[in-house]
Amino acid sequence: MVAPPEGYSGEGFFATKLSDVVGLARANSLWPLPFATSCCGIEFMATMASHYDLARFGSERVSFSPRQADMLLVMGTIAKKMAPVLRQVYEQMSEPRWVIAVGACATSGGIFDTYSVLQGIDKVIPVDVYVPGCPPRPEQIVEGVMKLQEMVKNESVRRRSSPEYKELLASYNIS
Amino acid sequence: MLLPPEHRYAKMIDARKNEDGSELSILNLGPTHPATHGIFQNILLMDGERILDAEPTVGYIHRAFEKIAENRPFYQITPLTDRMNYCSSPINNMGWWMTVEKLLGVEVPKRAQYLRVIVMELARITDHIICNSILGVDTGAYTGFLYVFQFREKIYEIYEEICGARLTTNMGRIGGFEREWSPRAFKLLDEFLEEFPVAWKEFENLFERNRIFIDRTVNVGPISAERAISYGFTGPNLRAAGVDYDIRVAQPYSSYEDFTFTIPVGKSGDTYDRFCVRNAEVWESLSIIRQALDKLPEGPYHADVPDYYLPPKEDVYTSMEALIYHFKIVMGEVPVPVSEVYHAVEGGNGELGFTLITDGSRTPYRLKFRRPCFIYYQAYPEMIKGAMLSDAIVILSSLNVIAGELDA
Amino acid sequence: MALEQSVIQDKLVATFGEDVRFLEKTDIFTILIPSHLIVPVVMFLKNDEVLRFNFLTDLGAIHYPDNQPAEQFCIFYLMHNWVDNVRIRIKTFISGENPEVKTLTNVFLCANWMEREAYDFYGINFIGHPQLKRILNMDEMVSFPMRKEFPMEDGGRTDKDDRFFGRTVSNKPVQDQVPHEKL
Repeated sequence: MVAPPEGYSGEGFFATKLSDVVGLARANSLWPLPFATSCCGIEFMATMASHYDLARFGSERVSFSPRQADMLLVMGTIAKKMAPVLRQVYEQMSEPRWVIAVGACATSGGIFDTYSVLQGIDKVIPVDVYVPGCPPRPEQIVEGVMKLQEMVKNESVRRRSSPEYKELLASYNIS
Repeated sequence: MLLPPEHRYAKMIDARKNEDGSELSILNLGPTHPATHGIFQNILLMDGERILDAEPTVGYIHRAFEKIAENRPFYQITPLTDRMNYCSSPINNMGWWMTVEKLLGVEVPKRAQYLRVIVMELARITDHIICNSILGVDTGAYTGFLYVFQFREKIYEIYEEICGARLTTNMGRIGGFEREWSPRAFKLLDEFLEEFPVAWKEFENLFERNRIFIDRTVNVGPISAERAISYGFTGPNLRAAGVDYDIRVAQPYSSYEDFTFTIPVGKSGDTYDRFCVRNAEVWESLSIIRQALDKLPEGPYHADVPDYYLPPKEDVYTSMEALIYHFKIVMGEVPVPVSEVYHAVEGGNGELGFTLITDGSRTPYRLKFRRPCFIYYQAYPEMIKGAMLSDAIVILSSLNVIAGELDA
Repeated sequence: MALEQSVIQDKLVATFGEDVRFLEKTDIFTILIPSHLIVPVVMFLKNDEVLRFNFLTDLGAIHYPDNQPAEQFCIFYLMHNWVDNVRIRIKTFISGENPEVKTLTNVFLCANWMEREAYDFYGINFIGHPQLKRILNMDEMVSFPMRKEFPMEDGGRTDKDDRFFGRTVSNKPVQDQVPHEKL
């Protein structure tokens, strides 16, 4: 059970802000798109399994279709060969969308400082939450999702039309 | 990912039109796909639902391990070997340490060898758990996955007791282990050995005589023994085709000759045989672990090679020789011969080999990994010719291709 | 072992004469042959009834930039006889300017991708290969990354401070610096 947002309640009614209700709904039903490339993908499988169940945070339905997913979980090393694919998947996601970079490789290239590894996915797509670790424990991945939930709850309803967001996307050349 | 017009598939499509007016089509089983375990792309030429030809593209997770290994001392290469076949990382670690010990001529004590065998067989069990349960998921049976994944958590707890990490273990040192196994590790191991066989028997009963599963997997993706040998198959995939080649028996390492175990062998090399061979190998691994625990000798857990094995921290702070050895090992003044060595271990997927060439400095001159996944994945286009699309997915997951090992 | 090293040695010398040289003090029996004899030797080892090396375990290349120009790349092949449980390593040296050698895909199917990997990393041309293009790196790459002169690190790295890694500080950009000093 989640705590209700602040508001006035009386007999038969509850008045609150629209953005709070929408934020609450969005935060507790984040459908992930697992973009699992390597070892962190196995820790994600452990997170989705019954021991560290991620479904209790609302991520029951793992969607592999970008149009139906809310958050993109990039888990594992992204090579430069893979970067255009990642970008295409991000561009195909519909708003609202958030990105969590799970693991050291997705965050900054990890231990692979080589010619073929992209040194962090924030070189090609904007990232909201970084989860460090190699691989991060399932508890850390869950904490990353919880931090994202905090961000989502406090966001405005139409983030996509705010100038900061437009500027951010423009800096990545995403139309 | 459009194909260029001069690609041979375009020519094949133009050349052939079916009687009912339909055409061949191209399907991109792309790098990101829910059912492919890892990042590889296949461009399929399809006639309706049947696959006529396939062109694989790999390298989407190429992390240049061999280049990195030329700039790292031996103990810093272990984390790289972890991340090759990350489902069974202790096997990669132990294989690497055994290669280094072969190069340096270090003799590992019996107790450390038996402990290595235990950990390698545990890793083999985890690898087969993943492969078989995900094969079940791909044919639609999600329950088996949830049942047995619980036991991967138990094995993770054992790994944590031994070395501190769950998945990418970075286990071991030159000559043995970094610390003696705690009593809690042995207790967890005993509990695992009691509870896991029950669950694995349940898992087998769900699948092995299940009508739907048999229909989905028998005669799907067969490969004959001669083609398999020519394609470089080793490991459970080859044993499913009928050839009983196992490095643990052919060229035993780390005291495998002290244990008795059989090599399960299939007949036709199809998906059902691969599934059953892996199931049987789990039983063999459990038996090997029990034998090793029964016969575990007392003794040191690492070899007495102060030139290569870091001394314990209390000694480094109090004794002069330990401080000097610590300094020499970390700064790289260790005596490394100029030599070339090849060592292979039986990984979860086959013969995992390391060719190590040194030039006297503390980093290798060349380190080549013989990765079984990379070599047998070449047979995949041939195996899916004539199969339907969903069979292609089932064949891929039964081959247990791990992207980290494929690209390295 | 049923198959003795001397038997292999005698058979090879009998068929190929002086071109085959045997290296001393190696962990696996190693022979060194000129590059034009690769396919005949491998086929001989595979098809002979006594030798029966039926499995190609590994195929790789090594770069020796300090050698004389005709011997800068070494290609090694590891073969395994499963019946008598004997391994053999075959090495050949090829020139650094124009490295090329005949392909083994007609003898062993698994050599296909292993040779593509050697081409991708070192630029060695395998004559007669059905599909010699890059396999692990991006298709657009022009250089061959495993050669010794190619740097390991990503050239566009902006946040790694060379001072902390013991590298000489210079005014040259990263690509033109002397490739990495050993840590």
